[in-house]
Amino acid sequence: MKLPVNLSIARVHLLSRKKQTLVATLGVTFGIAMFIFMISFMTGVNNVISDILLSVTPDIHFYNDVKTDYRNSVSAQYFKEDSGKWIIVRHPRPRAILLNLKNSPGIIAGMRRTPGVAVVSPLISVQVLFNYGPVQLGVIADGVDIREEDRIFGLTGKMVNGRPGDLLTTANGILIGRKLAEKLNVGVGDLVTATASSGAQMRFRVAGIYEFGLGSVDEGKVYVSLQDLQQLLGKDRDYITDIRIKLKNNQQAHSLARLLARQYGYRADDWETTNASIKAGNRIRNTLTYVVSFTMLVVAGFGIYNIMNMVILGKMKDIAILKAQGFGRKDITTIFLSQSLVTGVAGGVAGLLLGFLLSYGLSTMPFPHDDFMLIKTYPVTFESRHYLLGAGFGLLTTLAAGWLPARRAAKVDPVAILRA
Amino acid sequence: MATEVLKAEKLVKVFTEPARQQVLYDVSLSVDKGQFVTIMGKSGCGKSTLLYLLSTLDTDYEGTVTIMGMEVTGLDEEELAKFRNEHIGFVFQFHFLLPEFTALENVMLPALKLGRWDAATVEERAMDKLRQMEMDGYARQPSGKLSGGQQQRVAIARALINEPDLILADEPTGNLDSANTERVIGIFRELARQGNTIIVVTHDRDLAERADRIVEMADGRIVG
Repeated sequence: MKLPVNLSIARVHLLSRKKQTLVATLGVTFGIAMFIFMISFMTGVNNVISDILLSVTPDIHFYNDVKTDYRNSVSAQYFKEDSGKWIIVRHPRPRAILLNLKNSPGIIAGMRRTPGVAVVSPLISVQVLFNYGPVQLGVIADGVDIREEDRIFGLTGKMVNGRPGDLLTTANGILIGRKLAEKLNVGVGDLVTATASSGAQMRFRVAGIYEFGLGSVDEGKVYVSLQDLQQLLGKDRDYITDIRIKLKNNQQAHSLARLLARQYGYRADDWETTNASIKAGNRIRNTLTYVVSFTMLVVAGFGIYNIMNMVILGKMKDIAILKAQGFGRKDITTIFLSQSLVTGVAGGVAGLLLGFLLSYGLSTMPFPHDDFMLIKTYPVTFESRHYLLGAGFGLLTTLAAGWLPARRAAKVDPVAILRA
Repeated sequence: MATEVLKAEKLVKVFTEPARQQVLYDVSLSVDKGQFVTIMGKSGCGKSTLLYLLSTLDTDYEGTVTIMGMEVTGLDEEELAKFRNEHIGFVFQFHFLLPEFTALENVMLPALKLGRWDAATVEERAMDKLRQMEMDGYARQPSGKLSGGQQQRVAIARALINEPDLILADEPTGNLDSANTERVIGIFRELARQGNTIIVVTHDRDLAERADRIVEMADGRIVG
């Protein structure tokens, strides 16, 4: 008997009903294991989705949004200002404005000087068509300075064939996605013809093939040089439609985007706004995980609560004797609460271990091949904070579940029991 | 002059459940150190109720109880528990040992709670007490496996472990056969001879007659 007397009593109680103790412990074990397993998997899924989508989203996307502000209507020219008349224009159209950013060299230079901005990549983004026999494939063509673009998206690491720099060394070069290359049945060195919406055509030579692992990009986007695209569109050398910005810290995207939008008068979307759907998805998955895990822990808690209540009902006499011999309320509470806690801690530790093993097992399972996402095994994260959270949750549930029966035990009136 | 171990003054006890019923009427009692007192009376006369008031387990009464010069009336539950642990030893009609523990552990528990001695000393003392009850041979047995008489002797050893100033017993022989009854009476007699203060509630004439003093109760009053 090395333990304090209350704890050694608790130990004897626990050991004298091994089966019940085991059942209560297993309840907590499964609850926590499932919590760890689910949250690790869900976070893994969230991370993969975010990574893939963010890998094709700049921190800030700066562009000329088509205004739908019709307060200044040309109709005024025809009807003159006359306060006595109502002029109703149905289905107004915006003016035929240019979609480019005016004074782009000034804006770009200004952005490069803005603190917090790491990379500024000016580009033109337009829809072009590729002809493949009778099929026309509509694709977004980005006319870029490939070195800047590479610094934003790490293109170098995503090349299947060739290097981003080859775009500069190849006359009329083009980088295309792996799946588009397959559809068009072209490889490096082959020629493809792009048709702009104006009807102008231009032949490009495939300089490289990349794979982001995201179907919409690998199939629907190509990179050409800024100059080539300006030429195809018949625009001057300052014609820029978009600017992509990478920040030193992407958490500042929201505030910096607002600043830039105000400063230059164009629209700036930060990555969080652009990918609002990812955030919503993440939140839904997280909520689901927490709700399910919490439910399981509560069920485990009820298991402990029930068993402890039964134990205490069966131990009324013992409690009365202990009280008669000078064990106080605190002692009785300690004796029974510690039993719940031991159950909770043992179950919790086993649960963390089982959760880890389940997560590890899943993380080695091959993910069924899928063209949309490029992952080899199920995505699972191993984060210490999840394990801490699981341990904390488990402890809290057990405490709550053990507290009520223990308090009930402490309140037992010994006279009523002893005299009965 | 003898030290007064216990003094009860004008104890009034009223049960309100299931119906209002007064069971003690202004009971006063004084017990000196070394006295062996038995409280006798018909069942329902309030003698057990009185014992539980004196034991500090029942706190719902009027009047005052003073044990070893300390007024225990009005102390809170934790203080009373500590007081019982230190000053009062209990023996019940139904021996009431903790069944999962060995006889020795049952005897040791109140002393471990008290914390006056280290664990090794407590064990030694507990063995002493068991030897005194001739139960040392069963020390390592689970208490649930002992016979009624054996359990009662273990319970008496347990009541003695903390050297209490006052030993209270509620019908200690009420559940025993005549041989064991005789034995338990002998033990109480011997304890009294050693200078222990003992109050026993009983309706066993044999036991009562071996006491120094008999308190007769009837209808909630002390009558002699």
